[in-house]
Amino acid sequence: MSILVNKDTKVIVQGFTGKEGTFHAEQCIAYGTQIVGGVTPNKGGQEHLGQPVFNTVKDAVETTGATVSMIFVPPAFVGDAVMEAADAGIELAVIITEGAPVRDMMYAKMYATKKGMMTIGPNCPGIITAEECKIGIMPGMIFKKGNVGLISKSGTLTYEGANQIVKQGFGITTAVGIGGDPIIGLSYKQLLPMFEADPETEAIVMIGEIGGDLEIQAAAFIKENITKPVVAFIAGQTAPKGKRMGHAGAIVSGAAGTAAEKMAALEAAGVKVVVSPAEIGKAVSEVLGK
Amino acid sequence: MNIHEYQAKQIFAKYGVPTPRGIVANTADQAVRNAAELGGDIWVVKAQIHAGGRGLGGGVKLARSLDEVHDLASQILGMNLVTHQTGPEGKLVQKVYIEEGADIKDELYLGVVLDRAKEMPVIMASTEGGMEIEKVAEETPEKIIKVAIDPTIGFQGFHGRELAFGLGLPKEEQGKFIKFAAALYNVYMENDAEMIEINPLIKTGAGDFLALDGKMGFDDSALGRHPEIEDMRDISEEDADEREASRFGLSYVSLDGEIGCMVNGAGLAMGTMDTINYMGGTPANFLDVGGKANAETVAKGFEIILKNPNVKAIFVNIFGGIVRCDRIANGILEATKLVDVHVPVIVRLDGTNAPEAAEILRNANIANVIAAEDLADGAAKAVAAAKGSN
Repeated sequence: MSILVNKDTKVIVQGFTGKEGTFHAEQCIAYGTQIVGGVTPNKGGQEHLGQPVFNTVKDAVETTGATVSMIFVPPAFVGDAVMEAADAGIELAVIITEGAPVRDMMYAKMYATKKGMMTIGPNCPGIITAEECKIGIMPGMIFKKGNVGLISKSGTLTYEGANQIVKQGFGITTAVGIGGDPIIGLSYKQLLPMFEADPETEAIVMIGEIGGDLEIQAAAFIKENITKPVVAFIAGQTAPKGKRMGHAGAIVSGAAGTAAEKMAALEAAGVKVVVSPAEIGKAVSEVLGK
Repeated sequence: MNIHEYQAKQIFAKYGVPTPRGIVANTADQAVRNAAELGGDIWVVKAQIHAGGRGLGGGVKLARSLDEVHDLASQILGMNLVTHQTGPEGKLVQKVYIEEGADIKDELYLGVVLDRAKEMPVIMASTEGGMEIEKVAEETPEKIIKVAIDPTIGFQGFHGRELAFGLGLPKEEQGKFIKFAAALYNVYMENDAEMIEINPLIKTGAGDFLALDGKMGFDDSALGRHPEIEDMRDISEEDADEREASRFGLSYVSLDGEIGCMVNGAGLAMGTMDTINYMGGTPANFLDVGGKANAETVAKGFEIILKNPNVKAIFVNIFGGIVRCDRIANGILEATKLVDVHVPVIVRLDGTNAPEAAEILRNANIANVIAAEDLADGAAKAVAAAKGSN
């Protein structure tokens, strides 16, 4: 078991024939993901990586029956691409592109919600169900199958966390990189109940960052609804106020969004909070009691 | 990206957000000419820097004659202005804005930012104009009225009434205020602003509303479609090293510790700083080499980190996904040839092509390059190395 995606999930790629789209689609196929086609306007009818190319998402969905789209189009076209996917009946759009304007994401997410389409990202590594389906840019080899669910705002901390979990002798059910932009799709609050309901997931690791209040919302939700053990790390305890730390959302403004505030809220909700990402693996081992 | 007050007011004017008249000057003589052109018998001389709190820091002064305009402009131009937002080092004032005096009857606050929880813009208004808004939010949150605007319907009359009634404006003032707020919302949306703040927004004796101040920041990801805003960029307001880094696709923020950090990914970069801190060291910087790191960018990263004289050790922490560790290893070799790396470099490379990278570094056998097993080991070695070279 897993959440959201598995070996049977049919995936198309928007921005299929571009450099990034090609490279990562190839990697996904090698991992075992069912990439069933892609979309590049004006290249419809061609074949790419052994799969059909379509002019529109609508055509791709009608022909292939895909339910998930992995989006690699350039930043200025992300809003349009997400809305096109929603309009064509895609159920989940995984938006990898970095640097999409916030205003575009605001409209795109509203439209996706209206159409019932879930989104992950933008500016994220994607989602992976270990040894079944990789939709994104993460190095597949570090995600061994196991019983830990992972939710992370940061790409490389996802790898760091997964690697430590595997080194401790455990593994991953599904790992989701939700991204750290001001507006993102699925977040802790939506993903936590999915892991709670997944029979194979026995523990959940959540990796957060300074900025915004998603982790605070998550803490409140965990307290009320999550019975499985949760381990958390919040990056940016040493980040100064008012300085942006790479991610568009990673900025502490005023009193809100500090690591200390988030860590305290999570601890109060019964979460095992670690002060360094180097402790994630050990903490998982402790909560699983092995 | 942020802009100056005078630039924000130029944008306001285009959208019908009323402001006092003013002209920017680089010299005291020009300030006098501007004042004469504006006319009247009272002017405000305002330092133009990208930070709030200018008045308290002595960067905003009232002049009652052209001679006084000259004296004040001379004083303010070239001064190192220290406010609660500049840090103790302050900021050099290179421009002053000469503005006509205004008849202030009342001071309000009006701002627009993204409400991340609601995922739409929110207009914030308060009767407590002229105060630090963070302070108002903390001490008297009920004095801030927040109205979120669904961008699919835009600014409607009811949004305006909610703001006007919230501020307790009398009937005869509501129309002008609502028009003001609606225009400001358009400024926000059409320019891909990240935040707009008018503090204070004043009510004049004649019952008009004027933006006495104006602060604007923009979504960097959207600047590509606003070349006219990109043209407003003032490079002298930006940290030279951070700017140099961004030209190479590096994201750099200088801090005041001793251990230079070079990491891929913003989250891991922050997590590395946190780990160093946890182990008793202090990070000298945040540096994210991004997903396209190569030998050149790594060498550049070393150069920027080593400009900081406080750096006593460097911790390179890479978890390769898209980034290939062998490229980083070659970058480190390249950097030691191009830059005088005079401090210990602790290297932890994991993920894609990590064994090849280890091989490259082992064969090169550079004296002050120390290999680390994992994040904890690397941070511990970096902290020890920084202490050892004290």
